Amino acid sequence: MEVPILKQGDYLIASIQSALTDADLSQLREALVERVGRFRSRGVIVDVTALDVMDSFAVRTLRDIAHMARLRGAETVIVGIQPEVAFAMVQLGLTLKGVATALDLEEGLNFLNRRGKERLDRA
Amino acid sequence: MPDESSVPIRSDVDIVSARQKGRDLAAECGFEIGDQTVIAAAISEIARNILMYAKRGEIRFRGLADGDRQGIVVVAEDQGPGIRDVSLALQDGFSTSGGLGLGLPGAKRLMDEFEVSSELGRGTTITMKKWIRRGHA
Repeated sequence: MEVPILKQGDYLIASIQSALTDADLSQLREALVERVGRFRSRGVIVDVTALDVMDSFAVRTLRDIAHMARLRGAETVIVGIQPEVAFAMVQLGLTLKGVATALDLEEGLNFLNRRGKERLDRA
Repeated sequence: MPDESSVPIRSDVDIVSARQKGRDLAAECGFEIGDQTVIAAAISEIARNILMYAKRGEIRFRGLADGDRQGIVVVAEDQGPGIRDVSLALQDGFSTSGGLGLGLPGAKRLMDEFEVSSELGRGTTITMKKWIRRGHA
């Protein structure tokens, strides 16, 4: 199932709606990295609220998305990791180190807005 | 006690159905949502291992009753190349596939009991169990 990607100003929002296969996750990675360029996006939000489990492949793909988007000039934030999903991830040894996370979509947008402002202040 | 069910593993779609069926059975057995997620994550890892190393195999699960303990057993079986060194494969970060090397050791941490029997050229069977924790809600 393809993940819908919304363009919202300078940001892209990928909202996962159901369980994803490995192929779906890889497709999401390619689509986001391509669209960051096409829309000159500054931020990417991946909403994983609907994911009821995250295994090593899912975590690796999310990390790849964040790192690839950063190389293309966009910040990524993962939002909506459920408490029991977080618990299982930690036990599996999966940490998402180096990737920004936020509680929900609203916090994710706040995070990206702050990042954007910092970037302007430095300029 | 819910019946045994099995899921053939042949493609990445089967990984999703294996962990969903496993989660459903865990719910029927009385596991709470936290443990259902833990069981689903463990199934996902061992199903992916089957796909990666053996290309195809099967995952079976059923409810367990042992005295007043209840739980679930998950068996993952393949006729793949087998694991040369099981204790090495159970170490964090060890991988022959370029993955994160967290699959087997991660699944082992998630479950209460974890057994690997493997024969080179014959295949691998992983049996893992989780018991329902009582007395603290």
